[in-house]
Amino acid sequence: MKTDYDIVVIGGGPAGLAAAVSAYDNGARDILIVERENKLGGILNQCIHNGFGLKRFGESLTGPEYAARFVAEVRDRNIETLLQTTVLSLSADKEVTVMNAENGVKVVRAKAVILAMGCRERSRGALNIPGSRPAGIFSAGAAQKFVNIKGYLPGKKVVILGSGDIGLIMARRMTLEGAKVQAVCEIMPYSSGLTRNIVQCLDDFGIPLYLSHTITKIEGKDRVTGVVVSAVDENKKPVPGTEIHFDCDTVLFSVGLIPENELTKEAGIELSPRTKGAVVDQTRETSASGIFACGNVLQVHDLVDFVSEEAEIAGRCAAEYSAGERKEKFFVHTREGAEVSYVLPQKIDLNRAEDVALYFRVRSTVIKASVVLKSGEKTIAEFKKPIVVPGEMQRVKLSASLFGDISGDITVEVKKQ
Amino acid sequence: MMKELTCIECPKGCRITVELTDGAVTSVKGNDCPRGRKYAESEVVCPMRVLTTTVRCSSGEMVSVKTDKPVKKAELFELMKKINGKIVDAPIKTGQIIIENITEGINLISTCNIE
Repeated sequence: MKTDYDIVVIGGGPAGLAAAVSAYDNGARDILIVERENKLGGILNQCIHNGFGLKRFGESLTGPEYAARFVAEVRDRNIETLLQTTVLSLSADKEVTVMNAENGVKVVRAKAVILAMGCRERSRGALNIPGSRPAGIFSAGAAQKFVNIKGYLPGKKVVILGSGDIGLIMARRMTLEGAKVQAVCEIMPYSSGLTRNIVQCLDDFGIPLYLSHTITKIEGKDRVTGVVVSAVDENKKPVPGTEIHFDCDTVLFSVGLIPENELTKEAGIELSPRTKGAVVDQTRETSASGIFACGNVLQVHDLVDFVSEEAEIAGRCAAEYSAGERKEKFFVHTREGAEVSYVLPQKIDLNRAEDVALYFRVRSTVIKASVVLKSGEKTIAEFKKPIVVPGEMQRVKLSASLFGDISGDITVEVKKQ
Repeated sequence: MMKELTCIECPKGCRITVELTDGAVTSVKGNDCPRGRKYAESEVVCPMRVLTTTVRCSSGEMVSVKTDKPVKKAELFELMKKINGKIVDAPIKTGQIIIENITEGINLISTCNIE
């Protein structure tokens, strides 16, 4: 087994695939993609619904179709892939320890590494919901794998906690397969899912969405037999007397995604407490020289189209790095102003004279919003948006022509026009 | 007759009220922009959806499939019954017809490859 590469990509999902293709197209040749599963494509393979690629391709693809386009690009370039291979560890000097059934444990050395491990679902344990531990409790993604990949329906009467997109998609999917989805409960006063999913997955089938409600008790000894759902107050505390009981045999959790950064932490790479992903500059380089990150391992995206876009940045810049093009960097930091929960990239290298796409999320819905970029007290750019909502990542372009106006950190704030 | 729906043209999600008389749209209210009117008009007359699901392959794997055009929303469960009785044999290529003319000239096609 070959053990030296210019670029090693960890993860063969949408981020890893697009990063590898982009690295190749920017001159890198000696590239390896390491993937844990037995096929490329990552979570897209179980996302059999459509709606992927509207921004990138202008058409509505299913997950497997979206993945297949990138897998074909990887194959066309003869980019090497190792399937059913787990990365055991990563060091800051870019040694990747991999393991598979054929080769055992091997250390692979790379000039540049791209982290593309994606994210995982928050679990029941993260929410501290009282009750015993009966069978019938699944994360929405696990249920999705059961139904779409394994061909089993995990339950017949379902209550879903959390209105994340995967939960909404599974409400429709299980309904179509004959299950009765009784309710989707969301602790927040708004849904974290896309509007089109609320309409086409819940409204289409008459499934009620209980906003500002949560599950306060799961009943059942061997198998779930029911749940108690309560309204919550503005502090998200259950309000006594508001309990609603549902008989059910299955509870799905769709309560958020967490970037999967165990390897990143082990390599001593700085993580952001806001995104739970690495702190990066606009090239998506982390605090470890030559280690880049992109996709959901860096920030949880709503749309795979933006994952691909971000991965292409990381791939291109990793190719530059592995070719030895290194210039001194001069960083300013980005900061969260009013209404903004995070900004990415967290650092901007002003020596790199290219426009920078700033991604951010807002804390609450603002209609007729103005996005203001400030450096010190000075406003350097302002963008008008008809509406910004917490469930949809926002993006504005910081033109390189404005770099001259920047003196110190850049704050992104959102206010009403 | 009045029908209420949520517009999906943008994240704003306007609540739109449509008035129908003898099946024809007589008024659209609540939409903040013209796209909302267009969405509401097509949505109340005959909502259409692309159906995505799976069929079983004789090898045991699941084959992801979709209708190659939107079908009537009202027909979804009927189509699911037809689809769930189907068993296919590998190999399957993306785009291959799994059930021809499942409804009104629309085909059910594979969205994945099975070797």
